[in-house]
Amino acid sequence: MATGQVALKDVQGGNSTRGRVVNDFSINVATVNGSGSQSANSVLLKSIFGMGVPVSGKNLFPSNIAGLPTWYTIRASKDGYVARKREAEVLIAINPETAKQDTLALPAGGVAIYEENLNLKQYRDDVAFYPVPLDKITASICPEPKLRKLVKNMVYVGAVAQLLNIDLGVVEQGLRKQFAKKQKVFDLNFGAVKAGHDYAAATFIKQDPYYIERMDKTAGKIIIDGNAACGMGAVFAGVTVVAWYPITPSTSVVEATTDLLKKFRVTPDGKATFAVVQAEDELAAIGMVLGAGWAGARSMTATSGPGISLMAEFAGLGYYAEIPGVIFDVQRTGPSTGLPTRTSQADLLSTAFLSHGDTKHIVLLPGTMRECFEFGYAAFDLAERIQTPVFVLSDLDLGMNNWMSEQFNYPDKPLDRGKVLSVEDLDRLGSFGRYKDVDGDGIGWRTLPGTRHNKAAYFTRGTGHNENAIYSEKPEDYIAGMERLARKFENARKQVPGPLTWKNGKSKAAFLAYGSSDYAIREGMDLIQKEYGQEVDYMRIRAYPFAQEIHDYVASHERVYVVEQDRDAQLASLLKLDLPASQVVKLRNILHYNGLPLDAQTVVEEFAAQEGLTSVAALQVEDVEVHEGAVAS
Amino acid sequence: MATAAPAPKLNHIGLPVLEYRGGKTTLCAGCGHNAISERIIDAMFQMGVEPERVMKMSGIGCSSKSPAYFMSRSHSFNSVHGRMPSVSTGAILANHTMTTIGVSGDGDTASIGMGQFVHLLRRNLPMIYIIEDNGVYGLTKGQFSATADIGSKLKTGVVNDLPAIDTCALAIQLGATFVGRSFSGDKKQLLSMLKAAIAHKGTVMLDVISPCVTFNDHEGSTKSYKFMQDNDEPINEVDFVASFDEIEVDYESGEVFEVEMHDGSNLRLRKLREEDYDPTNKSNAVRTLMEAQANEEILTGVFYINTQKPTFIDLLNLVDRPLGQLPESLTRPPKSALDSLMASLQ
Repeated sequence: MATGQVALKDVQGGNSTRGRVVNDFSINVATVNGSGSQSANSVLLKSIFGMGVPVSGKNLFPSNIAGLPTWYTIRASKDGYVARKREAEVLIAINPETAKQDTLALPAGGVAIYEENLNLKQYRDDVAFYPVPLDKITASICPEPKLRKLVKNMVYVGAVAQLLNIDLGVVEQGLRKQFAKKQKVFDLNFGAVKAGHDYAAATFIKQDPYYIERMDKTAGKIIIDGNAACGMGAVFAGVTVVAWYPITPSTSVVEATTDLLKKFRVTPDGKATFAVVQAEDELAAIGMVLGAGWAGARSMTATSGPGISLMAEFAGLGYYAEIPGVIFDVQRTGPSTGLPTRTSQADLLSTAFLSHGDTKHIVLLPGTMRECFEFGYAAFDLAERIQTPVFVLSDLDLGMNNWMSEQFNYPDKPLDRGKVLSVEDLDRLGSFGRYKDVDGDGIGWRTLPGTRHNKAAYFTRGTGHNENAIYSEKPEDYIAGMERLARKFENARKQVPGPLTWKNGKSKAAFLAYGSSDYAIREGMDLIQKEYGQEVDYMRIRAYPFAQEIHDYVASHERVYVVEQDRDAQLASLLKLDLPASQVVKLRNILHYNGLPLDAQTVVEEFAAQEGLTSVAALQVEDVEVHEGAVAS
Repeated sequence: MATAAPAPKLNHIGLPVLEYRGGKTTLCAGCGHNAISERIIDAMFQMGVEPERVMKMSGIGCSSKSPAYFMSRSHSFNSVHGRMPSVSTGAILANHTMTTIGVSGDGDTASIGMGQFVHLLRRNLPMIYIIEDNGVYGLTKGQFSATADIGSKLKTGVVNDLPAIDTCALAIQLGATFVGRSFSGDKKQLLSMLKAAIAHKGTVMLDVISPCVTFNDHEGSTKSYKFMQDNDEPINEVDFVASFDEIEVDYESGEVFEVEMHDGSNLRLRKLREEDYDPTNKSNAVRTLMEAQANEEILTGVFYINTQKPTFIDLLNLVDRPLGQLPESLTRPPKSALDSLMASLQ
């Protein structure tokens, strides 16, 4: 608290720029769900982005329609850090129910911008308070009572913009984009922004150190969420059949896909080159995906943990009968219904081995928006090439939060539709064995229903079969089929996206992780460098089965910290099944599983504790003491 | 050449019936399912359906094995228990130009598969859905299924104390557009119904009583050959005249309910009961079935038909070409599409 008070006094002391905190803080908007604050928060996020400052937005929301507390955090970071931060310095308090708790959670020297009548000053004396009569201002500019709830949110956007020094022109631009073509709506909303802005300008003397200043770090970048990026990937993969059942947090994958299909995939005479079916449950959704994949369509579904559990039986059929299909799993916190609106990485093991018997699946692990898009389309190529269901494992943090990203590149290769025999092929070959490994890669050739050749048909089944797809219970047929499937899976190590590595060649300790943990780890690496003077290597895994490079990476380090967002060290467990025994002992765990996105501090603290590190600052103090001691003697 | 075998009879697309046969059945001798497979072969042959244009779908159980025993030249998908409807839905979405025939059982449909079954009906998915209905689980040695009549007896003497689910009444209520019941032992009726089913556009739901000779063909069973021979009560006589058939019989007006199918063929339902039975009247059809169940009558025949209702494929407004066979030029949007999306997100 002491440091905060000092900072506050500094600023109050006059126009000194000492202690100014520029483009490096978080804003926490505390509202009630169902209050329509989402578009206001989005405008605020995009305004900071429009100022050229790297930014990320995270929505912490309840599993509820209306009336429960919601927090939206915006992190502005000149260094481009977009992971969750434990603390937010600037609070926008709208929800009376949580206002006290939110105020108490502020760090010393923080800021509270709030609805005037909440009277938050009573709780703290080390925070800058800016009470705004939001309701009064809203009533004065919005005659229509029904709209006031929404418009009120724009009033705080204006006040915040003024207090943080965000250019009003940038806010205006963002609003125009948001309400493109709806002039009236724009006028009303921008009027609210201006009213908030004017009120703040006329009323407050800046008492806090937080500022947004123009930078140029967002030029050419986009803001998107992972679900929209996955949906875009599917559309650019040429998906034709989408079957799904609504479930948070994956619903918006299908919504995004459907919007784009309607936009880009209707023929000039108004016919659809796609089918989107809301199924009766997840069992039916995956059944439709496999039926469609069998009959030649590029098919997909999107779901989350409970849906994955329901899809288990069909996943085994897809694996054993060798049918392509793409399943997006946007992970949420389990077990069971768990925390439906919180993030997690705890579906990894159950997805990798989904179904009974000896079943294993290809799982792609995107960690960035670009990868959500690229793996979103690559999954379809892999599914048809390898003739198997392919899972894309995202999570709520990637999927539903707002991320800054490089623009996406158009796919550079044509669609890979895999091994499919045509009538001409059948004429040439005379016959074929559906599950015969004629190419030595474990993958047979298939035919599609409707191929007009009297040798085209085969019998697809989840029961035991020989290489001609004939029912068989013979041990040798069973073993041959299972070994071929294992070979096919082994080959997939080289076909799936390989890991990415940040390596300096000196570090004995190393990080290993996947997916959304990336942001906290990379920020953590910088913090470790600053605080402990140590460089740590890092590898991000991007698919299962694991590429050989992952084995090599573990082999080249002494201690490998597997960072993941689940209780049971699922990634480390999966690695242990894959690595030689001599390497397994090197694995350490850093686990984070409270439902919130991983933050850098957690990574740093855990790493430092397990490594027994002493901070550079502590070392310097020690150094001084030793020196003084020397003088004294 | 007196010694030469006579040339096999060919259908109107030039194929002998042999080309509609399947593998050798592994079901019990006398199983009703084998007779149904035979009728499917006859119907497909007589209708001149190209075998390569047929998808055979099934779930799990004795019934679901049977697609292996007819039409080897057709692609087939034996899926998982109770889930044939969803797999069929996906396959039909991928290629709606195919004739799709699904074979299920009473367990596969009315117990484990009920959830998917009702949604298939609701969507009026264009396919023929046959329940080979014997009232018992055969592969697990004779437990009651949900279509077993109340009071019917297992071989072990166990009496069924739950009411049967009437899959026909359900199908009519939920949206199937061609609903009937038949008996595996009634060759003529079943063949006519199957031929009409092939001509129909929409969900055809046929509940075919198909006695299980091993577990449910004894005294006290209401799904035995004997019971069906004694109690089968046809509601109408089914006669199907394909568009390419020459019309042989003319009925007196008022004697027959004639339905024109969308391919130009005719379904003729000759009245067998005193009161007029109108197979296009949904609520009357359901009432008739409920009354029959209360009276312990086993009605057979075509209960309901609607040739006008749009199918699921119509509702989705799909292109004519199968979705599964569209070229990349029609499925992957151009670079300009991605560019415009990127611009809108900046």
